[in-house]
Amino acid sequence: MLEYPRWKYILIVVVLLVALLFALPNVFGQAPALQLVHADHTPVTAAEARSVSAYLKKQKIPFTGTYLQNGRLIVRFADESAQFRAQDAIDGKFKKEYLSALTLVPRTPAWLRDLGLKPMPLGLDLSGGLELLYQVDTHSAVKQLVRMYTQDAAHALAAANVPVRSITDVATGGGDLPNTVRITLGPKADAKKAAAALAHSLQGLSVSSSTGSSGTVLSATVSSAMINQRENYAIEQAITILRNRVNALGVSEPIVQRQGNDRIDVQLPGVENMAEVKHLLGQTAMLEFHLNDTENSPYQAEQTGNVPLGDKLYTNTPDGQPILLKREVIATGDQLTGATVSEGPQGPQVNVTLDSRAGENMLRTTKENVGKAMGVVLITKRVVTREVDGKKVSHVVTTEKVINDATIDGVFSNQFMITGLTLGGAQDLAILLRSGSFLTPISLVGQSVIGPSLGAENIKMGIGALVLGMAGVLIFMFVYYKVFGLVADAVLVSNVVLLTALLSMMHASLSLPGIAGIILTVGIAVDANVLIYERIREELRKGVSPQAAIRAGFDKAFSAILDSNVTTGIAGLVLWIFGTGAIRGFAVVLTLGIGTSMFTSLMGSRALVTLMYGGRRKLARLHI
Amino acid sequence: MEFFSHQTNFRFMATRKVWFALSIVLMIASLALLATRGLNWAVDFTGGVTAQASFPQSADLSTVRSQLAAAGFHDAVVTYVGSARVVSIRLPPERDQTSTELSGRIEHALQKVNPGATVSSLSVVGPQVGSELKHSAMWALAFTLLFIFLYIAWRFHTWRLSLGAILAVVHDPILVLGFFALSHISFDLNVVAAVLAVIGYSLNDTVVVFDRIRERFEGNRRLAPEVVLDQAINQTLSRTIMTKVVTSIVVVALLVLGGPVLRGFSAALLIGILAGTYSSIYISSAIALQCGLTAEHIFPTVRKTAVDHLP
Repeated sequence: MLEYPRWKYILIVVVLLVALLFALPNVFGQAPALQLVHADHTPVTAAEARSVSAYLKKQKIPFTGTYLQNGRLIVRFADESAQFRAQDAIDGKFKKEYLSALTLVPRTPAWLRDLGLKPMPLGLDLSGGLELLYQVDTHSAVKQLVRMYTQDAAHALAAANVPVRSITDVATGGGDLPNTVRITLGPKADAKKAAAALAHSLQGLSVSSSTGSSGTVLSATVSSAMINQRENYAIEQAITILRNRVNALGVSEPIVQRQGNDRIDVQLPGVENMAEVKHLLGQTAMLEFHLNDTENSPYQAEQTGNVPLGDKLYTNTPDGQPILLKREVIATGDQLTGATVSEGPQGPQVNVTLDSRAGENMLRTTKENVGKAMGVVLITKRVVTREVDGKKVSHVVTTEKVINDATIDGVFSNQFMITGLTLGGAQDLAILLRSGSFLTPISLVGQSVIGPSLGAENIKMGIGALVLGMAGVLIFMFVYYKVFGLVADAVLVSNVVLLTALLSMMHASLSLPGIAGIILTVGIAVDANVLIYERIREELRKGVSPQAAIRAGFDKAFSAILDSNVTTGIAGLVLWIFGTGAIRGFAVVLTLGIGTSMFTSLMGSRALVTLMYGGRRKLARLHI
Repeated sequence: MEFFSHQTNFRFMATRKVWFALSIVLMIASLALLATRGLNWAVDFTGGVTAQASFPQSADLSTVRSQLAAAGFHDAVVTYVGSARVVSIRLPPERDQTSTELSGRIEHALQKVNPGATVSSLSVVGPQVGSELKHSAMWALAFTLLFIFLYIAWRFHTWRLSLGAILAVVHDPILVLGFFALSHISFDLNVVAAVLAVIGYSLNDTVVVFDRIRERFEGNRRLAPEVVLDQAINQTLSRTIMTKVVTSIVVVALLVLGGPVLRGFSAALLIGILAGTYSSIYISSAIALQCGLTAEHIFPTVRKTAVDHLP
């Protein structure tokens, strides 16, 4: 008699059922769809979704379903021509309400989607698309930080009337990156008074002083933790900006993620060779400050269509009223160095800081225009794909929107605040202002484009290799081990299901090397079974009874299976840690696959074999 | 079905010196190839441009090259991918060129070869990114070897087995790298992943054989080590071959159907698996034997227990 604990059977059944559920969304494939979002990123409501579908029905454009996901409305179609017709119709009817984008969405049934189950997203090598790799210049972020401390120290000492011979930023950390503010005090300076004056502005820095022939020298060093923090901040900020811009492009399922120390990886599935996209993501000035033209009537300009010379008419404004702004630009987003929200005497306000050049310009302008209004224009651009003569053609649509229009209350230069806002409004404005420019320069260091047809071909090849490899192994195992071969086959199939489920749960994107990893996992899972079955055969050859042979086979093979999986697992883990992109995808699959194959081969296989042979009192021979 | 209906009894250890010599020759040849011919580093590591273009009919490589040269791409490396209708183009790093401009220029040049030519993929890697990837690949290799050394040292209490396993682990990737130097198949990131997987696989076999050696010694402490090692290898032989056949089935499926992206990857795996099978049989155990492995090295308490059992 062979026995296997009941709780293990239950565990296996539960794990397999859950795995089946999670793996299920992957089998439905993808359908062409249209993604609709509000330009201001407020979520689309169910009522709005109904009006869109009613309109499509009225236009007799067939669609297979609509649903809301993360505030976006997704309309699914049976074919691409319906998709294109629908985009034209919706852009015509709802131009002001929605940004539309062509996309592919999983054909997952609604009940699975409602459970929050999604298929693995496809990597760019399978879906086709554009990948951009940006490098953030963290050095300049650190330089900025140290320079800021240097300037603050100079101001503080000047305010306290401490004579100073020189203040410089120097590198003491062994590299050429400045990390220390070095202050040489004047000969008659009071070192104590200086230290007291600096206490606030150099807070958090480690200050040391020495007195030499040239007088007292104070050195304030920025700790490496602060430098790290600054670098991280610069990268996070750049990621936020890139993400905002990517979202504004209207591309579906974009990925913006940090890679390594100072890189940002941007993946835009479905986007092809778009020079403009790169330009849009990398460019800095997306925000402009203009003076209001209060001498002419914007209403008249709107009605007659005659815009005064040197002016531009904006109808896309916060209150919907038209505004005339002078074309001359006072400052642009890339000159903005900070925008924060605080509570002022007149309620929430946004504190804006400009760089010195923009500051001078602002000073000159505000001197002459106190009491007049100044408008802030946000320029967003997005990619629109149209079908022209059966071919997909992409072009960029620019939208200009006045996000704020406020009266100039006094003369100011590089620091000013925007008041008269609600708290939410102030926060939104600060985010919009900050998204106008990268505080730290970024540069494009790598890019790759994969055409959609190549992506489709890669999927076909990957799946083909998987099916052929699996089929070959399944048949071979059956021929070689007969009944036990069928057990192994069941184990192998459930291993692939389990692995797919795990990857879907993690929402890991599937790439070609990932498919290769799944195929190799089949090989690994086979090895565990082979070790067990060969051991059983050996025991049978020794003349041991079938059931004892089964027990001995599983028990004796265990240490070999564990050892051999650990070694492959080490290689997988190292790849996981060191790898990027597709390689990491391979490593993730390989490492998880080792885990799932141990589970299925040791537990699943044993449960199945025990179920088949365990209960029989007289077992003459095994089909192995 | 069985490969061997009865327990085999090959005397592997007796001929070990022949196999040592073969391995040494192969390793020296591989290292010499690596030193002289070198690897065909892919754009992943060198930085530069790779493009894949397809033609409606088969394209002549020299025409493609001359048209590219005429368009200003003088150092283009052009090869077929899969069929004569798909070519891969490699260019040294280009400054200040967006991928769209490049793609347009390349497409334009190729359309002079055949008006129906299209660029289906293009990738530009900055030289700095490339050299960093090379570094991280080296680190990955170093760490994998280090961790595996530590694991072996911990798992097999004697340095004799550890040394055998380590030499086998070093042996296999060197042969794979030698193959890549010889064939000049593009050495890209995927191949690095495959080489690391080979290290894992190679050890996998060795570990299974060692596991059996340990077991055999436990039961037969008086047998000559050479006999025990031969027994252990013979007893695991059908498993070794069976696993390799099955793994080869899937790797060959990848090689044939996986397309150009995975060609180098699957070639590396195939070579690695063959080398790993050979080294786990002929190298790792044989080295341990050569270093004088006996049962006592694995079970150091042997003598003590033997004394205890005396009346």
